[in-house]
Amino acid sequence: MAEKEMTGSKDGEKHTGYTGAKFGMWFFLMTELIFFGGLFLLYSVYRSTYAADFHIAALDENIVIGSVNTVILITSSFTMALSISAVRKGDNRLSAWLQAGTIAMGCVFLVNKYFEWGDKIGRGIYPNSTLMMQKKKGEMLFYSLYYVMTGIHALHVIIGIGVIGAMLLLTRSGAINSGSFVKLENTGLYWHFVDMVWIYLFPLFYLVT
Amino acid sequence: MNTFYADPGPRRGLAAWMMSTDHKRIGIMYLAALLLFFSIGALLGVLIRLNLISPGTFVQAHNYNRLFTIHGIIMIFLFIIPGIPASFGNFFLPLHIGARDVAFPRINRLSWWLYLAGAVVVLESLFFGGGPLDTGWTFYAPYSIQTRTNVSMAVFGVFILGFSSILTGLNFITTIHRLRAPGMTWHRMPLFAWTLYATGWVQLLATPTIAITLLLVILERFFGLGFFDPSKGGDPLLFEHLFWIYSHPAVYIMVLPAMGIISEVVPVFARKVIFGYRVVAYSALAIASVGYLVWGHHMFTSGMSDTARVVFSFFTFLVAVPSGMKVFNWLGTLYKGSIRLDAPLLFALSFIFLFSVGGLTGLIQSAVATNLHLHSTYWIVAHFHYVMFGGMGFSFLAALHYWFPKMFGRMYRERPAKIGWLVFFLGFNILYFSMFILGYNGMPRRYYDYPPQYFTGQLVSTIGSWVLAAGLIIIFRNLIVAFYRGPKAPDNPWGGSTLEWQVPSPPPRENFEEIPVITRGPYLFE
Repeated sequence: MAEKEMTGSKDGEKHTGYTGAKFGMWFFLMTELIFFGGLFLLYSVYRSTYAADFHIAALDENIVIGSVNTVILITSSFTMALSISAVRKGDNRLSAWLQAGTIAMGCVFLVNKYFEWGDKIGRGIYPNSTLMMQKKKGEMLFYSLYYVMTGIHALHVIIGIGVIGAMLLLTRSGAINSGSFVKLENTGLYWHFVDMVWIYLFPLFYLVT
Repeated sequence: MNTFYADPGPRRGLAAWMMSTDHKRIGIMYLAALLLFFSIGALLGVLIRLNLISPGTFVQAHNYNRLFTIHGIIMIFLFIIPGIPASFGNFFLPLHIGARDVAFPRINRLSWWLYLAGAVVVLESLFFGGGPLDTGWTFYAPYSIQTRTNVSMAVFGVFILGFSSILTGLNFITTIHRLRAPGMTWHRMPLFAWTLYATGWVQLLATPTIAITLLLVILERFFGLGFFDPSKGGDPLLFEHLFWIYSHPAVYIMVLPAMGIISEVVPVFARKVIFGYRVVAYSALAIASVGYLVWGHHMFTSGMSDTARVVFSFFTFLVAVPSGMKVFNWLGTLYKGSIRLDAPLLFALSFIFLFSVGGLTGLIQSAVATNLHLHSTYWIVAHFHYVMFGGMGFSFLAALHYWFPKMFGRMYRERPAKIGWLVFFLGFNILYFSMFILGYNGMPRRYYDYPPQYFTGQLVSTIGSWVLAAGLIIIFRNLIVAFYRGPKAPDNPWGGSTLEWQVPSPPPRENFEEIPVITRGPYLFE
């Protein structure tokens, strides 16, 4: 492997090989972690300042939709992991179906999110609305955090769907195969990361009330 | 000739450069852009000084706020932070460790495009919306949320620049882990590579904090979230914390690679192995890690518990220790060396002097009690410029003179370089040392006007800015002449022993015909 890396031509990522690509992805996920970390920091500070307001505000969250979305996202991580195993065993067709399933579940997650947001906005629950400005300060901060954190998370889901879509095409064309699947594996890492963030968002906004 | 300037690819002209994934081409393009932004920033700096000898004659009060803000944003986000890693780091890291390119050449090109895009967005903010922003480069909330000037766009530009910085750091770390030539053990790496490694981690782990913070400022301005707005229950201090959690480590993004360059230049011109190689290498890692824990010292007067202030003060003193170690090791390298006082060494020696002044004054203000007196005065401005401009700026020029023959294949004239250095160095000290005195006597920073007792100091400082500008003009005139008409440079004009000097000047397309096998450390002189 090392020999091949050294003499690799200059185009593309051929310099690095498998391990290098994994290194790069893990480093990238560290930056993502810290990016979300800033938001979790804000959440903890405001939760400790306005514990009672957070309690009241969180009562409005719909635990059913939240739980359904959690199950959907965890299942989609499962199909993602299976799709990588399928490619490693040489079954590109199965892998493509599993990736399509992951994308479908990501979309269902977003649709649920859309109804959740839409319902709240319809009832005037959003930052700076006349309704929220009349309530306690902590309640509005709770919903500001809710929209920003789930919003940025949803943005990551959308990006993930796009990337998995690209991987799906590469898997069907055979560019991803049992000999070269690091792109798919890195996509999987990204998708699991997005899933993990939700696993923390779910209790913070829906369960701990 | 098979130099990297001759490209056999399908594209011609500008596209052949913009689409190139060659780390050397990307480094050269970064260098050109950085020098452009540095010139704009320096010009704005001269304008700031010009206003201060006669407030109101040249610049109106509100425009003065915009002037120092744009000066700060251009210098910090477009020049100093990308600075050395993006230009010299890109060009020399693969050469230093015996690789053909960085680990992810296409991501490297992407980060160059992001840098350009970020720069364009930042500059656009000057002309659209409410016009140039007036918040100071720190974008402190709640003012940055209230002002009508175009904060959103400028901040979005900085957000994009952050991505560029993260990707460069990610690339360099992976490159150093994965692409070292056979036999290039960690302890045989040139120290410049070590500092880029430490810098890469800071870029990677600190930058996302400012990304999310600036994103929140934008969202706050559009949707009124209230995170940093006290009237909605938010806390502006949180903005300051989040801002400095990045922006203090960012100081080490700026200065660590600068220290790496000094560690390259000093042994070559003292003809001696670096004194205490491992100490110099590990102290870079120490600075990078302790540098994370000191951000609170920017906020001693903003409202923090006494415990927090004491802890932050302690860590600030602590981070000076590895920096001091480096200074002693450079001096130890010079001791009994056969010193050749060429232009690169002159710049490197002035780095050691100016950085020491900057570092020692930093210790003075990191003591909580004195900080209360000095906070937000010209003292801070002086300290900051000694560390950043005297540190990173002089090191950048040391690198430019040291590597100019390798990058462009031509030699510059030594005499004008030395004269330029002298004028620049004198101008620098006249300009910024007067600020220490002004600040100690109570002149606040960012003020447009001042009582008459500060006039003499302000005048001396402004004269210094002219001398400094003259020095810069001499230096760059000399280099531009050399670029077009200089005699051809030999492969190894300084007798350097690191790998970049073993290849032709300018280096061939894939750096090495055969990847070298490394059997010795980086600094070996006869």
